[in-house]
Amino acid sequence: MPSLIQLAEVKKTYHMGDVDVHALRGVDMTIDAGEFVAVMGSSGSGKSTLMNIIGCLDRPTSGQYLLDGREVSRMSRDQLADIRNHTLGFVFQSFNLLTRTSAVENVELPLLYQGIGTKERVRRSREALERVGLGSRLDHHPSQLSGGQQQRVAIARAIVGKPKVILADEPTGNLDSRTSVEVMALFQQLGRDGITVVLVTHEPDIAEYAARVIVMRDGHVTSDTRHTPKDAATAMREMPAEEASP
Amino acid sequence: MSVFHTLRVALRALMRNKMRSFLTTLGMIIGVCAVIFSVAVGEGAKAKVEEAFASMGSNLLIVLPGSNTSGGARGGSGSQPTLTWDDMRAIQNELSTVKYVAPVLRSQSQVMSEDQNWSTSVQGTSSEYFAIRSWPVAAGVTIQQSDIESGAKVCVLGQTVVDKLFGASSDPVGQMVRIKNIPFQVIGVLAKKGQSPMGQDYDDGVFVPYTTFGAKIQGGLKNYIAGMLMVGAASPDDTSRAEAQITNLLRDRHHITGADDDFFIRNLTELANSQQEGTKTMTTLLNAIAAISLVVGGIGIMNIMLVSVTERTREIGLRMAVGAKPRNILMQFLVEAVTLSTMGGLVGLSLGVLGAKVIAQSFGWNTLVRPDVVVAAIAFSGFVGVGFGLYPAYKASRLDPIDALRYE
Repeated sequence: MPSLIQLAEVKKTYHMGDVDVHALRGVDMTIDAGEFVAVMGSSGSGKSTLMNIIGCLDRPTSGQYLLDGREVSRMSRDQLADIRNHTLGFVFQSFNLLTRTSAVENVELPLLYQGIGTKERVRRSREALERVGLGSRLDHHPSQLSGGQQQRVAIARAIVGKPKVILADEPTGNLDSRTSVEVMALFQQLGRDGITVVLVTHEPDIAEYAARVIVMRDGHVTSDTRHTPKDAATAMREMPAEEASP
Repeated sequence: MSVFHTLRVALRALMRNKMRSFLTTLGMIIGVCAVIFSVAVGEGAKAKVEEAFASMGSNLLIVLPGSNTSGGARGGSGSQPTLTWDDMRAIQNELSTVKYVAPVLRSQSQVMSEDQNWSTSVQGTSSEYFAIRSWPVAAGVTIQQSDIESGAKVCVLGQTVVDKLFGASSDPVGQMVRIKNIPFQVIGVLAKKGQSPMGQDYDDGVFVPYTTFGAKIQGGLKNYIAGMLMVGAASPDDTSRAEAQITNLLRDRHHITGADDDFFIRNLTELANSQQEGTKTMTTLLNAIAAISLVVGGIGIMNIMLVSVTERTREIGLRMAVGAKPRNILMQFLVEAVTLSTMGGLVGLSLGVLGAKVIAQSFGWNTLVRPDVVVAAIAFSGFVGVGFGLYPAYKASRLDPIDALRYE
């Protein structure tokens, strides 16, 4: 069975005026189904560009990208939208929830573009919110939720379309340490359920929760290591109570 | 994404900025309101003019005797009696397009009842006159053929004359009045007719058989008509043909070969048409204002939609990231623009109809809100929404999801 994500000699060059910026200088990488991968690197290392390409938001300048066995690097905008809709889920640092819109309605957004009927949409959105532990806050608006809760709504939105891969770009960047661990526990749970998680972070203690850490530098992969991840659920129990999130 | 859901998302987005949405639609509101209002008022004024000319007589032609020329000075129309009673009978009998012909002989005379007197226009005519002018009697009868044959001293009074001589709400039928000291019996009272388009009171008149008029009131030109002929054409479309036929007939009978006719024909249908030209000018002006207002309203919508696209760049980026295709984004903003403009159109429609009703009540006009205009106004406002919403919506749909998501 081929790997879920296969990158071969992927290059990305941006033209900034007269200067060519080589964001990726030839990346080879394979990620299998169910893996929990952390991509690390300083800013300018090319990790965001890599994420955009894996997330089908951008196309490589050259090279091959097979996602779930399909060559996506030359697909049209509409085809990429379909791939993002069905195969991928996104979690962002700044949550990117629609304001003045209830949790359920935020979560159902990907289903809307899949053309799923209202009843089914609401049922699946509730289910996803229950899965992230927000079953009691279905009708809350983002402004009525804490940062950790907002990120969990965003995760529910990412999983509601039953994707194969979840791409998380600095998902804990705006969260305190306890809620960060809570979010990591959720990702680990998703990994156990068979969803591949690719996480971009610059915090080493967050990367510890991933089973595989890829380090990027100047558009190259400089290291790719596997280790036994720290268990977020255990870490949470060990945390002092007074640090508990509101 | 279903149409219904797109509409719901659009409505919600608009409701988030109620004041802004309202101000944006104001241009559409004023534009559509002006269209509805101008058409209603224009139609009302047209109906009023038509009504006024209908009261003068339906399909009316007036034949006036011509002028004479003595010593190089040309007299005006009617200065020389050139129409004969035979001409009248010929018009009546020989022309297919003519339905009625009636002579009208006028004289300003003092009319007296037992205790009052009143100077009014005494007119010698026949019963056809009342048919041409579709003027029924309120009491009694009109002039009968037998009255004309016998030269009977009978008269029919207009309502104003009744008021002056007998007082309002009296019944003078059967009583006597004196015209030029000659006693006439009142055989009928005409229904109230009101004013001519020029403000002349139709009801201020007394009608006697033309034979009696010639014998007793204004003395005899035996063969010639000392007045004019009123002709009723068979239908509105026949007036022009009747005019041509009468011209040919009279030229033939009067042996005229040159350019100068010795009679004049006035076609009142044409007069009515020229009056309506004035109304049309006013309606055109109002429509121009409405069109400008709709364009300005459209630009306002475009402006606000561009602002909205910029404000919601991150939302657009997110929607694209979770699977919205460019056309989904295009539809979302297009529907929003069309909703704005159509809402404006509907509000403008209601205000226009309301305004037309107010005008109708205060001026006593029949303002007409035509359904085709209503449909056109709504369709046009929707069209403006599409026209001016397309560019912002297209701009939104072409955004790059990465840039949009990063937009601050």
